[in-house]
Amino acid sequence: MPLLSVKNLAVRFETHHGTVRAVDGISFDMEEGETLGLVGESGSGKSVTNLALLGLIPSPPGVMSGQVHFDGQEISALSEPELRKVRGNRISMIFQDPMTSLNPLLTIGRQMTEVLELHKGKSHSEAMRLAAVGLGEVGLSEPESRLAQYPHELSGGMRQRVMIAMGLLCEPRLLLADEPTTALDVTIQAQILELMAEVQRRHGTAIILVTHDLGVVAGTADRVAVMYAGRIVEEGPTHQLFKNPHHPYTQGLLSSVPRLDSDTSQKMSSIPGTPPDLAEMPPGCAFAPRCPNVQAECKSERPELLPSGVPGRSNACPLYASADSASADSAEARP
Amino acid sequence: MSTADPKRFDLDDATAERLLREAQEHKGISLWQDAGRRLRRNRPSWYAMVFLIGFGLLSFLAPLLPLRSPVRSNLDITLHAPTLDGGDGNYLAALDPDADSALVARQIEKDYWELSSLDHGLISLRRMIFGSWQTGHWLGTDHLGRDLLSRIVWGSRTSILVSLAAALCSLVIGVFYGAFSGLVGGRIDNLMMRTVDILYSIPFIFVVIFLITLIGDYRQVLEEEWGLDREKVFYLVIGAVFWLTMARVVRGQVLSLKHAEFVQAARVMGASTFHILCKHIVPNVLSIVIVYLTLTIPAVMLFEAFLSFLGLGVEPPRVSWGLIAVDGTSAINPLRIHWWVVIFPALAMGCTLLALNVLGDGLRDALDPKMRGKD
Repeated sequence: MPLLSVKNLAVRFETHHGTVRAVDGISFDMEEGETLGLVGESGSGKSVTNLALLGLIPSPPGVMSGQVHFDGQEISALSEPELRKVRGNRISMIFQDPMTSLNPLLTIGRQMTEVLELHKGKSHSEAMRLAAVGLGEVGLSEPESRLAQYPHELSGGMRQRVMIAMGLLCEPRLLLADEPTTALDVTIQAQILELMAEVQRRHGTAIILVTHDLGVVAGTADRVAVMYAGRIVEEGPTHQLFKNPHHPYTQGLLSSVPRLDSDTSQKMSSIPGTPPDLAEMPPGCAFAPRCPNVQAECKSERPELLPSGVPGRSNACPLYASADSASADSAEARP
Repeated sequence: MSTADPKRFDLDDATAERLLREAQEHKGISLWQDAGRRLRRNRPSWYAMVFLIGFGLLSFLAPLLPLRSPVRSNLDITLHAPTLDGGDGNYLAALDPDADSALVARQIEKDYWELSSLDHGLISLRRMIFGSWQTGHWLGTDHLGRDLLSRIVWGSRTSILVSLAAALCSLVIGVFYGAFSGLVGGRIDNLMMRTVDILYSIPFIFVVIFLITLIGDYRQVLEEEWGLDREKVFYLVIGAVFWLTMARVVRGQVLSLKHAEFVQAARVMGASTFHILCKHIVPNVLSIVIVYLTLTIPAVMLFEAFLSFLGLGVEPPRVSWGLIAVDGTSAINPLRIHWWVVIFPALAMGCTLLALNVLGDGLRDALDPKMRGKD
């Protein structure tokens, strides 16, 4: 049985402009100790998916449907007090901006022990001891004196380490990382990613890594799910997916990554058009208006995410699914 | 990463204990320490704060000071100009340490008004220290021959009490009402804020005048059955009104704090709304609250003086700054200007209000996170 199983998860918001479907029926499974990269451009529903896994729907009040099974429990059916016992304890989350995700008025120690006192009922001194150990584990020097410092005395990278240590204090089975490296500079990014990988090796924590940075995903995730307009359009093992993207959106996304060795006299490639308004979704494939090889059926029928012949991969482009698997395999072999 | 070696942190209890002690000795600079340092650098605000603390102490310790009675009139020395003559010992014989206690009690009853047991203690202490010696008429006397210095000091007690009542109301009701409303949001927020709007729209000076006039007719009943006298009604009305702006200010702050990532992080960590409110939201709005309080207090003081001036606030024999001002105006006449009756009370009140405003301004700068490390 997978550690996390999401079936038909959908989140919609009723707004003045109509119903906004931020997440529109996504399904995926995750095994223990696995890293899943959730990729997509801004507004594709990555962060909302993450919050919905914890039963947190941001305001304006949204409606959540679908099932989330975690560790043998149906999270989507839990009451608010029961959910609070899961949050931070069995599933925890790391945020994008370490500069603002720590309360400026509390010492690091006070903030770190909060979660232990809340979930594990530890005494303050015991919690402080565990917090110091946790800080040491994420590679902060002098963890004991860090506990007495305030967030503004630490750099961005150090704060993100604190956040990671905080997220791991209760030894969660699943860590949701919402763009954990976006606000950091490149060298610190690499360190933080390496740290997360190491922590995962040691504790067997599963990680969902939400990001729009394809480089980050390529280096850390075992599997990747590409999201577009609230749906997963393609999913598969990282290496294969990057090497041979099936869905036209994934292809566009990968080809628009600037390369150092590319010809500078040429324009950088990009996907033409803009993502659809989530309140006025086209009836067919959401990517149809921007797709280079769009067909008539794409505009009328919504394609489902289906296994695409190659083991472990699935994609939501009917054009690809209709192609025979032999050509897919030969495409796979192509360098 | 060598530091991440788990063995290194496999601490035995004694080591952990020692490290923890060291950690506790290491003190970071908190926002408050930083703000305190900046406030000290801002000379005017610092002096304003020292002045206010000094004045507050003076007013709290009034029974201990060798002042004359603020209410006892002496028609022999009406409108006596300020004099630097020393005090005398024969005016209040009852304050003599050797006087018998019944006489002292009667005397105190006549010279002051409702005193708490702490005040009685302070008076006994005064008798032990100063005996029957008391100050001269350093600031002159008013038209009934009452000592002005004593009246100003004792009068400040009323003003301070009123301000503290208003401050407490806006602190307790205003902050939590506003914070809750902002944090919960949606329909409840709407309902709570419309309630504030409605309370705002009541012309509150008329309500006070109306209430106090009405109470005039039912005083006896109210006092006997509810224990409500005019002052308590006065405090109630001030309490009912002065938290409104605070609630609005705090709600506005909370609305922006609500989406701060550390609040999200606390929620994701499994904290309840109440926990987030107490531990993360309220401490973060406190700087605004403190600044706003220093601006509310002068408004309340002025309001008290205004009502007392109209004869709707504090009643004799009690003294308040408003009442002293009324006496002052009656002492002004075209033939002879008894300036001290007007100048000294006005000076006391003016200095206090100025100090509060300067302090409020300084606190705003000191607590502004954008000013961190700028000076």
